[in-house]
Amino acid sequence: MSLSVTLDKISLKKGYNLLISNLNLEVGSGDAISLTGQNGVGKTTLLRAIAGFFSPQTGKISAFDDHGLIDPIRFRTEFIHYLGHHDALSPTRTTEQELRFQAQYLNANENNYQFAVQYLNLSPLLDLETRLLSAGQKRRVSLARLLIAPRRLWLLDEPMSPLDAHQRDLAARLMQDHLSDGGIIIAAVHDPLPFETRIVHLTRPDLKAQEAALVD
Amino acid sequence: MSTKINVAPHAALSLLKRDLSLSLTRGGGPLLAVGFYLTLMAMIPLSLGSDSTTLSRVAPGLTWLSLALASLLSLERLFERDYEDGLFDILRLGPLPMEVIALLKCLAQWLGTGLMLAVLTPFVMIILGAPVDAAFISLIGAILGSLSFAIIGGIGASLSLGTRKGGVLIALLVLPFYVPPVIFGAGLMQAYLTGAPITQALSLLCAYALFALALGPIAMGAALKSALS
Repeated sequence: MSLSVTLDKISLKKGYNLLISNLNLEVGSGDAISLTGQNGVGKTTLLRAIAGFFSPQTGKISAFDDHGLIDPIRFRTEFIHYLGHHDALSPTRTTEQELRFQAQYLNANENNYQFAVQYLNLSPLLDLETRLLSAGQKRRVSLARLLIAPRRLWLLDEPMSPLDAHQRDLAARLMQDHLSDGGIIIAAVHDPLPFETRIVHLTRPDLKAQEAALVD
Repeated sequence: MSTKINVAPHAALSLLKRDLSLSLTRGGGPLLAVGFYLTLMAMIPLSLGSDSTTLSRVAPGLTWLSLALASLLSLERLFERDYEDGLFDILRLGPLPMEVIALLKCLAQWLGTGLMLAVLTPFVMIILGAPVDAAFISLIGAILGSLSFAIIGGIGASLSLGTRKGGVLIALLVLPFYVPPVIFGAGLMQAYLTGAPITQALSLLCAYALFALALGPIAMGAALKSALS
């Protein structure tokens, strides 16, 4: 099963502010994209738009598999993992409770859960409330979701930033396995990922485009 | 489509379980609302005097008023915590539509807090001087009322999501819509105590709860989607 995602001339606004204008991008199975660009240029906004959290101002984001166009709601609810700045962990619940919840909510099976815990070496953290975890540990717990519920498109926002060198290697291996299984990764990064990726550098739209967008 | 229908009950159940356990533990849980409710009720005889005829006359009305106010307390954190933790990013990528997510969160909050207040209501009313045989009808009324309060309150909480210190704003948004159940609920008790037929007040109370259940999720879904975009 191949998957491809097409961004067709999309423009994204945050409030009145035009962040991305006329962006075209095509990614297919096995592709890894690094989104680069200065702070505030719209990397996170672009990832959230691809995740389907809101629709772009103009243009279209569409996804295709072997059977043709994928319904946008099905695409969002069955194909995408989004790992944002927040690790989506409730501070008063234990790591195990949170991971079990995610597994059940995303309808994953027990084997995947056990595999994720083992692969990311999470067993020492399972009984701890998530507020006690360090930033790097929290990120490792978030990464577990990628293994618990297998999905094709991973949208990662600064996935490596809080991790130490050893965990970065682990995460990189995880991502490379995903790519060789035919998955897609789109990651917003400042430091380049430790494997080959296609770099998409985002820049601010010129003043003329920003002014034109104000009128809309 | 068939896969979606198979998947959803798991997801719904897991979300309900998670939120129920959170509503029982975080920020003092139901203890806060229950404590507030009981303290408020304890202050009534202190402020109105201990004359039992006066108290038994105002007991149903004041109980309903206190129930409405106590239901306001935990609304602020209904969606706020999960919003700040980024949990909605996971929830939206799962099988449930936003409307169902919002409804489940309200129901969990109601099971954790509202239902407990409802169970206390007959006791409080009797302590204030209502006759013991009114206990059952006041329990039914309070269950329906607290359900309406929870869902209408959820609409207020979803609309004020993302505003800092939204608590007062929620109270202002929500209190006008708490008026009908208070009227019908207190009317139900009044009718029962005076021997008038209770069906009218009871069916209005039911109707309002159903109205909240039907329209609340749509409103909450829209408000949450716009706050989260």
